[in-house]
Amino acid sequence: MSFLEYAPAPESTSVLNLRDQYGLFIDGEFVDGRGTPFQTISPATEARIATIANANEADVDLAVAAARRAYDRTWSRMSGRDRGKYLFRIARLVQERARELAVAESLDNGKPIKESRDVDVPLVAAWFFYYAGWADKLDHAGLGANPRSLGVAAQVIPWNFPLLMLAWKIAPALAAGNTVVLKPAETTPLTALIFAEILQQADLPAGVVNIITGAGDTGAALVAHEGVDKVAFTGSTGVGRAIARQVAGTDKKVTLELGGKAANIVFDDAPIDQAIEGIVNGIFFNQGHVCCAGSRLLVQENIHDEVVDRLKNRLSTLRLGDPLDKNTDIGAINSREQLDRIRELSDIGEAEGAERWTAPCEIPENGFWFAPTIFTGVQTSSRIARDEIFGPVLSVLTFRTPAEAIAKANNTPYGLSAGIWSDKGSRILAVADQLRAGVIWANTFNRFDPASPFGGYKESGYGREGGRHGLAAYLAPAPVGGQAAITRSSRAAVEAAGSDAAAAAEPKPRRTRAPRTPKATTKGSKR
Amino acid sequence: MTGTSLITARERALAVLGGEPDDATLRRYLHGIPGVDAVGLEQRAAGLGTRSIKTTSKQWALDRIIELIDLTTLEGADTPGKVRSLVAKAITPDPADPTTPRVAAVCVYGDMVPYAVDALGAAHGDPDDGLISVAAVATAFPSGRASLEIKLADTAEAVAAGADEIDMVIDRGAFLSGRYGLVFDQIAAVKEACRRPDGTSASLKVILETGELVTYDNVRRASWLSILAGGDFIKTSTGKVPSAATLPVTLLMLEVVRDWHLATGQRIGVKPAGGIRTSKDAIKYLVTVAETVGEDWLQPHLFRFGASSLLNDVLLQRQKLSTSHYSGPDYVTID
Repeated sequence: MSFLEYAPAPESTSVLNLRDQYGLFIDGEFVDGRGTPFQTISPATEARIATIANANEADVDLAVAAARRAYDRTWSRMSGRDRGKYLFRIARLVQERARELAVAESLDNGKPIKESRDVDVPLVAAWFFYYAGWADKLDHAGLGANPRSLGVAAQVIPWNFPLLMLAWKIAPALAAGNTVVLKPAETTPLTALIFAEILQQADLPAGVVNIITGAGDTGAALVAHEGVDKVAFTGSTGVGRAIARQVAGTDKKVTLELGGKAANIVFDDAPIDQAIEGIVNGIFFNQGHVCCAGSRLLVQENIHDEVVDRLKNRLSTLRLGDPLDKNTDIGAINSREQLDRIRELSDIGEAEGAERWTAPCEIPENGFWFAPTIFTGVQTSSRIARDEIFGPVLSVLTFRTPAEAIAKANNTPYGLSAGIWSDKGSRILAVADQLRAGVIWANTFNRFDPASPFGGYKESGYGREGGRHGLAAYLAPAPVGGQAAITRSSRAAVEAAGSDAAAAAEPKPRRTRAPRTPKATTKGSKR
Repeated sequence: MTGTSLITARERALAVLGGEPDDATLRRYLHGIPGVDAVGLEQRAAGLGTRSIKTTSKQWALDRIIELIDLTTLEGADTPGKVRSLVAKAITPDPADPTTPRVAAVCVYGDMVPYAVDALGAAHGDPDDGLISVAAVATAFPSGRASLEIKLADTAEAVAAGADEIDMVIDRGAFLSGRYGLVFDQIAAVKEACRRPDGTSASLKVILETGELVTYDNVRRASWLSILAGGDFIKTSTGKVPSAATLPVTLLMLEVVRDWHLATGQRIGVKPAGGIRTSKDAIKYLVTVAETVGEDWLQPHLFRFGASSLLNDVLLQRQKLSTSHYSGPDYVTID
């Protein structure tokens, strides 16, 4: 037998406790939706997982009204310290239920369990821990003393990192004192609904976070709702543009995190083995469903052949298959629609004259799959060097001088991320300085940390998520003059009155006891 | 292990280096090798360490680990009796289970070689034939601080006594001060001393003592240097300094071996030694070998574990797999 054909090592799904149907999470409870329910399936097998409620405009009304109530009566009046306690509690619950969340994410999204287990879920917890710490320190967020929250935040998130994008949106919004209506992507609602259960477990006051499921029209209704003060969107540039148009002329604040076509620049003095790993991680992580993926490899001409050869050898060791197997490197494409788009763009690449190489791997019969693919001989004018493919497809281009590398890297309508590989520190700094991209990685790629802001230039969107900068998207400076004094005094009054008074201000229908202020332990957090 | 390998090794080195192996040429060559990014290397090693090896794969892996072990005793207190005990363990690792494979070699100090050879008797030979080799540490192990004459005499004596493999240490002081030519010449001379009168040669493992080289860049350069000078194996450590074999260091050395094979077609072995005590760790090394240089390398002439306590942990795991019960330290023998 071959050792490298590792025996199957599937993560057990017995840790999951899924319902057959999920409602909308509004005002702290699951309620039926009024639209036509839809199914969520596993992209690896096309098997049905659960039936998901569909929110229509009336449901959006309800959700926004619940968020407004919670904002006015509870959340905006609660001290930062107490908001922080809830966030810490959520973070701990995410850690406690990490395995369950990882399995659900891989099942619903198709990403390999090693990524959901080692990257997605730990980062989700980290994001809540990080912003929990900010909740009582908003005076230091860079907006002056006593910044105020915005109100109700409408958040629409994509399918590539369903739970992580939820954390990126919800954690800073709640820390800053806003309430939330969030819509997960149509193909990946599962972990958001499990997260709703975690919110119940954490005794988060009803209505502070509402999660409504549905397709694009649900998202459009939410964004357009006049009760919304802030819109945060992560997804395609096309939809982002429509949202920007929709909210233009209103006083809604908007942040958009959109597409990308990142350049990963490899100089001839790069630490070559680590660069190969970085290229692989840059474009084949999460099947390339990453907005900041390093989809354009810019490699110095004199090492082009060596890099491509090494890359092909390395890609031949990647294991494509069951996302729940712990040894899987490449999971399933999230949907048939996305698979069709990847196929279409790859065919265009071939038709335009680029040379296609596909890693030798067996494709499972059912489900949506695309083997890791490299295009060499790609020109800057090729579609596959211009358009975001959002799949495991790498376009290789060459350059001769740093100036040419910079020019080619910047020659894109996007500007989300970039990578530089070189052993020479001064070159890294000089090149990074001239790249127009929101995130630049040096000798690494696709690394995330809650303390580090993330966002784009140009068509990659505006606003920043993560770090202190991420708070600015959910805060406004204190109004000048008397109002500031009032805000300050009301805040002081709340702090003085203590957390119980603030928490008790929220009436809790359908629950016998008032929400407790979370303690510093995980007491009461058992399922 | 052939008589002609010595000549071809030098010719190969000259061809690769493009000149005589003096300090300047070696420096130019070794410092022209791409650098190592420590964070990236450790990240990759950690990634390989998360592979989940279960059921039939685990069974295969446990047996293969035993077949790749250099069962080692390198104590000042070693006696002929201790060596005989070690050899008995090497021949019959698990008396309760005759299907247990034998280890690849026993590794002892030079003066213990005759006792090891004697104790092995008919079991002495090539691990490819199911027999057990004798490896001897030489060249003023573990410090390497002695004159070249003494190192060569040390080596020749062990070979004459019947050692099949010589584990030499490089002069780390010379390496760190940039005297690459000296290190090269010493390795080449020790390789020469490995020759037997009949023209065959003992296999030479070159110990880099990575814990004293400290940086990954140094480890990579020392690996290339040792291979260029004619080493058949590159080995991480003596086991006598605190930082011994680690997964990132071994991965790095495997990458050198892979690149050397691509460049010259020659296969060099790798031996992590010191600090690998559990089956779980050893399996991570097997994964790293298989996914870096390929499964072909998982054979005694291309990969070894230098270990003493690893064997018993593997035996316990093996018993657990066959009986489904956890065993205990009293169900494996001490050596």
